[in-house]
Formats: sequence, structure tokens, C-alpha cells
Amino acid sequence: MSKRILFGIFTFINLISLSAAEAVPSEWGLNMPKGVTSVTKEVYSLHMQIFYICCVIAVVVFGAMIYSIIKHRKSKGAVAAQFHHSTSLEILWTAIPVLILFYMAYVATGPLIAIEDTSKSDITIKATGYQWNWGYEYLDVKVSEDSDKNLFFKSYLAEDSNLARQKDSGIDPRTVENYLLDVDNEMVVPVGKKIQMLLTGADVIHAWWVPELGGKKDAIPGFVNELWFRADEPGVYRGQCAELCGKDHGFMPIVVRAVSDDEYAAWIEKKISESSFEYKDYTMQELMAAGETSYNKACASCHQISGDGIDGVFPSLKAGSLAVGDVNEHIDIILQGQEGTAMASFATLNDFEIAAITTYERNAWGNDTGDLVQPADIRDRRSQ
Amino acid sequence: MTTAVATHETDHAHDDHHGPEKGIRRWIFATNHKDIGTMYLVFAFAMFIVGGLMAFYIRAELFQPGIQFKDPQFFNSMTTMHALFMIFGGVMPAFTGLANWMVPLQVGAPDMALPRLNNWSFWILPFAFTLLFSTLFMEGGAPAGGWTMYPPLMLQTGDAFPFVILAVHLMGISSIMGAINVVVTILNMRAPGMSLLKMPLFCWTWLITAYLLIAVMPVLAGAVTMLLTDQFFGTSFFNAAGGGDPVMFQHIFWFFGHPEVYILILPAFGIVSEIIPTFSRKPLFGYEAMVYATAGIAFLSFIVWAHHMFTVGMPLSGQLFFMFATMLIAVPTGVKVFNWIATMWRGSMSFETPMLFALAFVFLFTIGGFSGLMLAIVPADFQYHDSYFVVAHFHYVLVPGAVFGIMAGVYYWLPKWSGVMYNTTLAKTHFWLSAIFVNVTFFPQHFLGLAGMPRRIPDYATQFTNFNMISSIGAFVFGLSQILLIVIVVQCVRKKGPAVDAKVWDNPQGLEWTVPSPAPFHTFEVPPKIL
Repeated sequence: MSKRILFGIFTFINLISLSAAEAVPSEWGLNMPKGVTSVTKEVYSLHMQIFYICCVIAVVVFGAMIYSIIKHRKSKGAVAAQFHHSTSLEILWTAIPVLILFYMAYVATGPLIAIEDTSKSDITIKATGYQWNWGYEYLDVKVSEDSDKNLFFKSYLAEDSNLARQKDSGIDPRTVENYLLDVDNEMVVPVGKKIQMLLTGADVIHAWWVPELGGKKDAIPGFVNELWFRADEPGVYRGQCAELCGKDHGFMPIVVRAVSDDEYAAWIEKKISESSFEYKDYTMQELMAAGETSYNKACASCHQISGDGIDGVFPSLKAGSLAVGDVNEHIDIILQGQEGTAMASFATLNDFEIAAITTYERNAWGNDTGDLVQPADIRDRRSQ
Repeated sequence: MTTAVATHETDHAHDDHHGPEKGIRRWIFATNHKDIGTMYLVFAFAMFIVGGLMAFYIRAELFQPGIQFKDPQFFNSMTTMHALFMIFGGVMPAFTGLANWMVPLQVGAPDMALPRLNNWSFWILPFAFTLLFSTLFMEGGAPAGGWTMYPPLMLQTGDAFPFVILAVHLMGISSIMGAINVVVTILNMRAPGMSLLKMPLFCWTWLITAYLLIAVMPVLAGAVTMLLTDQFFGTSFFNAAGGGDPVMFQHIFWFFGHPEVYILILPAFGIVSEIIPTFSRKPLFGYEAMVYATAGIAFLSFIVWAHHMFTVGMPLSGQLFFMFATMLIAVPTGVKVFNWIATMWRGSMSFETPMLFALAFVFLFTIGGFSGLMLAIVPADFQYHDSYFVVAHFHYVLVPGAVFGIMAGVYYWLPKWSGVMYNTTLAKTHFWLSAIFVNVTFFPQHFLGLAGMPRRIPDYATQFTNFNMISSIGAFVFGLSQILLIVIVVQCVRKKGPAVDAKVWDNPQGLEWTVPSPAPFHTFEVPPKIL
């Protein structure tokens, strides 16, 4: 009997270590990924070590209990002994756990000190948690030589996941690649460089977590937290927000792509050119098309793709609402948010995106103001 | 431990003067500890059902990927309300109910020390939970920021916000009054000759729990009041933009929250410490060590709170302190487990339903203890934190821990309360279904968490599907098998079953076994003599 139990435990442990060897997310994933940084590998072996210690203790403790249950049962004619005290035993089973704990504390302290050492980083990226997307600001990358603005972009849940996750979407999530773990804008980093992440929250507390790059840390409004990682292998690493942050907490994934230095440089160049736009007069079609894309990412999780909002919680943007009222007031609310409500400031979007969203909201879903809002208009409102 | 001589000779001619009132007045104006205990237990069971239905919704939503029923906001409301109902409506009142019934019987007192306070502390609860339940129908929906109520998210709650806070205040007032009653009863009303170290362990664990309650419920009240003033009176306790600190809330909350964890488990330790000696036919091993271990756990519970929030960005020295202090808790907890096993060792064990639940408690609570030890290791906790590994951990200590402790207690004392033995076949079926499917529900959640599934999400990446399905199936069967408990208890209330004598079991220790079964409305009007 006890042999069979031992066998069972060892099979179980083997299963766990086997599954850990696979890099691909498995349908039956049992264990923590080893990850691709020196720290994650260290944490993984620490985790396994503590787990094995627990297994050994379990075998001893449960073994004694099971033995007693089998051997010392009344139905087998066992007669109860009447001992009820032993000071030496009490001291023994206080002292042994203390020694085990000393060992555990010793092996845990080293990795913790390494994790907290964010000094001497090569690249610093500030990640800001928004309800419900991430903003990434590359603090070492300027958008142009004469600008003091850093490269900044938002990272939303990928469109195919976003469509499939709607209630009654009719799309089977199992047909969507990387369902809920894919974004429109990946955060890209070079392999082998120490990346320092600065984390903060814009509205509520979020947490930034990519298991294969290390543990999580909270992104708290008014605070800047730090963590670091150095990806040893190129690849795409996926994670999620890990602190309840409201309705769409489950829908703000994190994707980090680690690439070679050359690819990284090329990506930076591409990102900079993407993020720039001209202050010129765009046509209604251009603005509506760009507006729909931006609206669906930035606004639709509350106001809904249909513009209907959610009754009693998030207002509708259709006829009769502010979206067909005074245009300057409309822009101001997007830029500044509305105090006392869930409407946050969207000032981090660029002037073109806000112009497109405003135009879209004023002309979509049967709204027919005909108003055309240009990037220059937004720039004017910002300066006021 | 106590050795008692029954000196309980009631003058039955006077019974009709002291009997309960008739009809509804008996319950509304109840001052009898047994009636109030019964009401607490019935109320707790009702809340278990409400909280359980919410768990059904959660597991049904998570049965497969995609959003199945309602919007994610409602899912968040369900997780929040499930926790509030189970913790404050289920486990805590159930323990208070058991204390009401058993503490006077175990210390040889005629009733609780403060019977009218007792009535009030119970009757607050139905109002508190009606208020909390009504938030489901308010504009903006029920609270959805988690039972931990972290700002700023909690401040986004709709009309429900002040109602939730009022409900929490009411629960706190009720708990504090209940705790005061237990303390006064135990310290002032023990039968002559029953020194503190002769008390049954259930009384000891409840005495310590009561002090924890008195110490930390006001802290929770303070925290939620600060939320209230932040929302309505322009203060900025937790608002960084106004000079406040959102993390401060978490510190205050968990200064309440960690002792609260032990409030939810210490009375179960006590119950198990009563049951294991009875069915091992051997005195509890290391009685005094058990008392000191309980006190040690209670003390440590005040200095480990920040292990719930390792990821907020604490200084390294803070993390090290809370890691070491947390690991220390394993020592007194280990002492308890070792003492239980030493009690079984060379005993003469039999496996009646209460014993089965107590043994499952020791096994499964210990597994929850192991995952707790792993969670204390900060570098690894950065991976475990806020994942399903945590969900698995605290459900292991709360369901096969606290809830199995309560069920063990109910099966142990139910014949004493009702005077009849329940249907043991049905009870053992209830045990095996519960014990098997609680593991089917929660064990796979360890894997989900380690593989990277965050908690509190209504939808998940497709590689998490299999284990979620298994977990959901386990939860459905576990939930449904609780219907058996209703059947068993109703049969006992209707006196269907063989009558039992005062002792009920083979040779149980404690004064409660010296009064007749069912325990008469008034007991120990003349204090028993303790040898």
C-alpha cells in the first residue's frame, strides 16, 4: 500500500518535470515555465526545490498518518495506548521544521536580492496600465531628433481575440490563434540586454506579468515600480495583467518580442515613422476609417462598438448625447476625462487619433453632424 | 482535559416555566444560547447556498473559453460577492453558531454571559446580508472590485458603494459583539474547578479567535470608512493625486485580513482537536502544546500581513522580514498537525462521519499549508501571486479546511442537539462525495496558476481549457452533494433516526456529553463539579 503511494507520488513528480521541459504552451501544462532569463531559471529551480521538500515532508507526515489509520484501527482489535504527552517530541518537531525553514530562507534570499537589483540597465521602458490596455514609452528613444517626446504607443488586445471574446460572437475561441494572449502592438526588446521596466497605473492598479520573463509587479497610480529582465533567447513571450482592474481585466494582454540588435533598430525606426503624422486637412473618409479603428480599441470597451454604451453605467454616444453637441466640449472630455466618472483622460493618444475618434463619434451610428475635426483642432484645444 | 461528574439533576417540575416561547417570538426574542446557535447555523447554511450559487455561476462561465452568460463586470461582481457571502455570511456565522451551542455546554455554564447582546449580534446579520444582496439590483451593479476592495478600483463601484460599506460595518459590529460574548462567557462562567488549562480545545481556539476578532474588525471598519470619505467627502487617504497612498489601503486591509484568515481556521482546529481523540479513544496528545501553538499562530498573524502584497514594490528589507515571519507560521501549524497524528498513533481508531471529516481536514489542510509555504518564498511568489495557484491555496485551507471543520463539528454534535443519530450511510456518502470532488475542483487550479492563468478573469487562453473543465465539473458535483447535508439535518430535526444516549459516542470527553440528548432547553442551572 505505502509502496503504491510512493510510486504514485514519484509518477506525479515526473509528470511535472516532463511537462516543464516543453516550451510550447501545453494543453495539460502542469508547472511553472522555466522562462528565458537567468532569474526565471533560478526561480524555477527554487520553486522545484521547495516543492520537493514539501513532498518529502508530506511522505513522512501522511505516511505516519496512513500507517496509523491502517494499523491502529478498532476493527482490527487495536487497544488504545493512553500516552498523551512528550516534551522531547514537542521540542523535536519544533526544532526540525525550524531548521528546514532556515534552509529555505537561505536559498530564497539570493534570488530575491538579484530580482531587486535594477541597476546598470541598457534600456528603460515605462509601461503604464490603463483600463484596459498597456502604454509603452521607450525612455531612451526620441520620436525625432528635434523633439523631446519619447517613443510611445498603446498595446491593445488583438482584434481577432477582441471579436471572438464578445458575448454571442459566434466565433469559437479555439479557432483564434493565441486567443486573449495577442496584441496589436508588441513591445519589442533586443535579446541579451538588461531591460528596466518602470511601471505605473493611469487609473487603477494593474500588474505587469510575463511568466517567461519573470515575476509580476504592480502598476499603481501615483507610484513608479521597477522590475528588470534580460531575455537570453529570441522569441515571443506572452502574459496578462495580473491585478483585478475592472471589467476588462482579463482582456489586456502583454506581448514582448525579443529580437536581435539589428531587428530591434529596424523596428524602432518603423515605430517612429508610424507614430508621426502630418498636420493637414484629412478627408471625411480618411478620418472615419482611422476613427473606427481607434474607437474600437480605445473607446468600445465602455461605449460599445455599437455606440450604445451600457445602460446605467456607460453613456450612449448616439443621437441626443454629447457626441452630437458642442464639438469643443466633446474634444475636452476626451482630452481631460470627466471627474467622478469612469471616463478617463485619453490625452496620451496623438492629435490625429483624437481627431479621427471625434469625427467618427460625430458621424457614425446614425449621428449626422457632418463635423470634420482635424488634428490641428486638437492641437489648439490642448494648448487652451 | 476535563473529567466531569454529572451532577445534573434538573427539577423537571419547573420545566414548563423555563421552556421556550411559542411560535416566531421564540426566535425573534431568543436569548437562549441553543436557539441563537441554531439560528446562526441555519443562517450560515443559507449563506453557503447563496455563495455556492455564485460559485456555480463562476465555474459555469469558466467551463470553456469565451463569454457564455453575462458581461465581464457581472462576473467580477460574482467573484466579489461569492467571497463576501462565504467568509462573512458562511464560515464566520457557522463558527459563532457552534460557539453559541457548545461553549456554555463545554464550560458548564447555563447560557452565554450576555444573552441579549447575543440576540442582537445574530439579528444584525440578516439585515446586513439582505443589504449586501440588494446591491445586485442597483444601478451600476453589485461591487465588482474584489472582496479586498482595493482602491482606486473600488471607488468605481456604482450606487452599491455606500451600501456595501454599511453592510461590512454591520457584519463587523455583529462579529465584535459575538466575540465579546465568547470571551466573557469563557473567562467568567466556567464551572467551579475548570481552570483555563482544563478547558476543551474548542473553547481555547474560540477564546483566541475572539480576541483576534476584537482586535481586527475595527481595523477593517476604519479602512472601509476611509474609502467612504474618499468617495463622498473629498478626503484623499488613498488617492495619490491628493497626496494619499493607494498601497496604504492594502496594508490596513491585510492587517485585518491576515488575522481574519486565522479567525476562519482556528475554531476548526479546535473542533478537530475534539474529534480525533474521541475516535482514536486516546487523550489529545500535547494538549498544552496545542494551546501554545494556537496562541503562537494568533500572535504571528499580526506580523505577516504584507505577504499578501509582495508585488506592490516593497523595500528589500521589508520583503525579507515578511518572508521570514510568514515561514515561521509553519512551525506552530506543524506542531498542531504532528500532535493530531500523535493522538491517532497507537490509538484504537474508528471512522464515523465526524472522524472522516476530521481526517480529511488534516490531510487537505496540510496540502493547503504546503502551498502556503511555497507562497511565502518571495522570488517564487512573484510568479504565483494573483494566479490560480493562490486560488487553489486558499480554497484548500478554506473548504476542506474551515468548511470541513464545520461539517465535522456538525456531524459530531448533531445527535447531541437533536437526540437522534442521523442516517450514517447518507452521511458517509456525503463525506466521500465532498472529499473527492473538493479535490477535483481545486487541485487542477494549482496547475492552472503555475502555467500562468491569472485569477479573477472571466475568460482565458485556450490552453487552460482542460483543467478549467475538470475544475468546473468537480465544483458542480461538490455543490450538488451538499443537498445530502440538508436531507440529513432535516431528518434529524424531524427526529427520524435511532435515539441516542447522553454520551452518543464511545467515550467522548467533555461536559457536553454529561447532559441528556437532546440537550434540554436549559442546562447546567446548577454548575457541575469538575474533578
